[in-house]
Amino acid sequence: MDTTHMTLAELQRLLHARELSAKDLLSEHMMRIDNVDGEVKAFLRTTPQLASQQAAEADRALKAGNAGQLAGIPLAVKDVLCVEGVETTAGSQILRGFKPPYTGTAVRRLFEAGAVMVGVTNCDEFAMGSSTENSGYFPTHNPWDLTRVPGGSSGGSASAVAAGEAVVSVGTDTGGSIRQPAALCGVVGMKPTYGRVSRYGLIAFASSLDQIGPLARSVEDAAILLEAMAGHDPLDATSSDRPNDVRRDFEAGVKGMRLGLPREYYEVDGIEPGVKAAIDKALEALRRAGAEIVDVTLPHTDYGLAAYYIIAPAECSSNLARFDGVRYGMSDQDAANVTDAYMQTRRKGFGTEVRRRVMLGTYALSSGYYDAYYLKAQKVRTLIKRDFDTAFEKCDAIVSATSPTVAFPIGSKTQDPLAMYLCDVLTLGGNLAGLPGISVPCGLSEGLPVGLQVLAPQWREDVALRVARAYEVASEMKVAVAPL
Amino acid sequence: MSGGADLNPPSGPSVHLPGKRGGQPPAWEVVIGMEVHVQPRTRTKMFCGCEVGQPGDLPNSNVCEICAGLPGTLPVINKAAVEACLKTAVALRCEIPRHTKFDRKNYMYPDLPKGYQISQYDLPMSHDGILELDGRKVRIRRVHLEEDTGKLVHAGDKLHMAKESFVDLNRAGIPLMEIVTEPDLRSADEARDYAVALRTLLRTIGASEAEMEKGQLRAEPNISIRRAGTEELGVKTELKNINSFRALHRAIQFEVARQVEVLESGGTVAQETRGWSEAEQRTFSQRSKEFAEDYRYFPEPDLPPLELDPKWIEVLRQALPEMPGARRSRLISEYGLPATDAHLIAAEVAFADLFEATVKAGAQPRATANWIVGEVAPSGKLPTPAVLSEIVKLVTGGSITRDQGREVLHESLSSNRTAAEIVAERGFAQDSDEASVKAIVEAVIAANPRAAEDYRAGKKQALGALIADVKKRAPQTNPKVASDLLMKALSTP
Repeated sequence: MDTTHMTLAELQRLLHARELSAKDLLSEHMMRIDNVDGEVKAFLRTTPQLASQQAAEADRALKAGNAGQLAGIPLAVKDVLCVEGVETTAGSQILRGFKPPYTGTAVRRLFEAGAVMVGVTNCDEFAMGSSTENSGYFPTHNPWDLTRVPGGSSGGSASAVAAGEAVVSVGTDTGGSIRQPAALCGVVGMKPTYGRVSRYGLIAFASSLDQIGPLARSVEDAAILLEAMAGHDPLDATSSDRPNDVRRDFEAGVKGMRLGLPREYYEVDGIEPGVKAAIDKALEALRRAGAEIVDVTLPHTDYGLAAYYIIAPAECSSNLARFDGVRYGMSDQDAANVTDAYMQTRRKGFGTEVRRRVMLGTYALSSGYYDAYYLKAQKVRTLIKRDFDTAFEKCDAIVSATSPTVAFPIGSKTQDPLAMYLCDVLTLGGNLAGLPGISVPCGLSEGLPVGLQVLAPQWREDVALRVARAYEVASEMKVAVAPL
Repeated sequence: MSGGADLNPPSGPSVHLPGKRGGQPPAWEVVIGMEVHVQPRTRTKMFCGCEVGQPGDLPNSNVCEICAGLPGTLPVINKAAVEACLKTAVALRCEIPRHTKFDRKNYMYPDLPKGYQISQYDLPMSHDGILELDGRKVRIRRVHLEEDTGKLVHAGDKLHMAKESFVDLNRAGIPLMEIVTEPDLRSADEARDYAVALRTLLRTIGASEAEMEKGQLRAEPNISIRRAGTEELGVKTELKNINSFRALHRAIQFEVARQVEVLESGGTVAQETRGWSEAEQRTFSQRSKEFAEDYRYFPEPDLPPLELDPKWIEVLRQALPEMPGARRSRLISEYGLPATDAHLIAAEVAFADLFEATVKAGAQPRATANWIVGEVAPSGKLPTPAVLSEIVKLVTGGSITRDQGREVLHESLSSNRTAAEIVAERGFAQDSDEASVKAIVEAVIAANPRAAEDYRAGKKQALGALIADVKKRAPQTNPKVASDLLMKALSTP
């Protein structure tokens, strides 16, 4: 029995039936990591000690019959989520060696449900990027084609699941950073409604856009993981106290549902024919399952990218000010005075893309430019929210490709930041509007995975999950295994 | 206007402060706006669960991952701080908007753990209020809420000489209300009176203990001068490091004189922040403000905007106690207190409460005021109204002397016993009985023939020696009765 490509739901059954021990499950995954991660490079570091403690605890609980939902499930955690005592660096040299004295809420809830953390996954530095090439350590490779990127910024979390190194993983999504790598690696990835999952413990990139979410091998697995993380947290003032009802009507199907197809997304510039063909097939499957596909329009889509690349850098310029070498992380000790110490620490510690965004954001917030950039971008954000509100009057959910392209070769976009920014064109609208969105695998183009994105109104994760699940059933998609 | 030039003969003294030259109109008008930071009375910090602590606490002992600004942490608003701020706003008759929000003020400094301070920028908790100062209205521009920074400790005292610097984050994240006036104050006296009145108000409503020595109230005056009669504001300087009301007064006086001297010698005042040196009794330049720092304010994305429920504000408004100004007027009209006593008593809510409770317990009002101003206030301790009313009654009724009353007061403050117990224990019951006092008086006259003779010969001061002997022989004798009887005995040949 090869457990490294089974779903969480299947493993849950085996573990609770005591046909499989958490200890064995863990060692199979650790072995798999040993075998493949030299090539995939999904992990920045593994956490064998923590994992064996947690697996032992899970086995005790399973034996005693009081095990949590996730007891014994191998989990990978993106390097932006603080875990007590585990080096957490946000993919940046500036935080090298930083071990948080606390565990963030989402991960803590997964631990309380019995999950076993196998390691910390690679990502673009401070989650800024769409290919994981901006990692301050090394790039991660796509398990479907090791010469290609896994997407990003949660590229390590996506490839770890795709490569069978973890059953599920946690990522973060600021402009598409869960959904896009999920699409490129052929796994399910979900960004919840802003406020659904507490951000406490998430090293902030852009506070008004960041959300933590699951990556998994099936829609059901993603739903289970999300449910375990979601819910109000008194430590995050932006977390909601709405009922945790994300799995409501999960198997209800799409019969009678209206699914909106936004022209601006369907015909987006640069969409590859193979991707379009995969989406057409997916739409056909959904139609067969009883959904009505309706045309909708999101007229301000073109401005979304511009607004996003003002708001996100503006917030990041402030969020990253704390990395000054005074209290933790890298610290330049040769400086003559405190200003030089700041500058030298930050010049050495931050990579090119982070510095670019800090400068962009600082500029956008500067006196004299604030109204023209930040304020204008916030107004565009309001228009984009309104676009979605209007569209959702005509449909229950919106469907599109997750990414206009399949995984691209490593190094092909690193010299062209604007081309890299365009990777997020179909996903960042969901962040600007705070909507839940899921990417589910919908076949291959040129042998590489394509993702179908489902966006739902705020707080309607249930709708996004239900549509994604219906597609999974209708398309008879089995767990897609990367040919590694 | 040419007034300024006419008033300043070229050879005349270059520094003259407003009001110093009798009837002559002042050459310069002083314009002061005050920025006061007040620590509201809360148990915990502004955005985390850490205790606010005390000034002497071990460095970094009241610090958690949130106020240390560790990666991944988030702020959560302290409702008690919001309530204290709203109470203050209501007491200052401010307008309170329905929507308010927090903003980030971005700048980097080692005492600022997040690289930004959470403050309020364009939608403060309240604005446009008034504090009445002896009938004058000082306009309040805004009252908002923010967090304090940490503190740097330099080994070797001065920053540029320091070999090492340390960061203490105990104060980082402590709530602060910033109370800003319009430039309505016109002298050091007014500025100090404003700060004192503000402290009284804050204590009266229970929003803050407002102790300057504990850093709970920090006053930063913005000072400029202009030719009397002109409207345009001069270049201002902002003063910091002021640790007492006295220092506030002196610092402003010094700074005004400095600015007058600069301008009259043909110079220009630099826009800057100046520190007050208590040791040298002068201000010194700290930081130029010629090029205003760009704080890149933007709405704090980690905190949703606050919707202030008008019902909550109304509840706070209804619960406000009587304001110090109103109470002072009432102490005069209702109890017939002299204005000076009323002023002093109303300035401390504890004194005013003690006064009214003591009077309610049966003590005579003016005597009570006298005791509070003369004895209680200097002692720095508060008796219970029961003790004070007993003492006041015993003294006014002539049962004990004022000196004995003072002793009883001090004894009761340290022992918590009732006045009656102490009086009994010390045998302080005062003797006013004419027959027994007469016997003592006769004995004293007999024992001091020389003094008696002197008095009879017209040396009235000789009476003092005789009274002193009465006190020595019988300390509990009522001195008034004794002196009456002495005079009577000595006037009969």
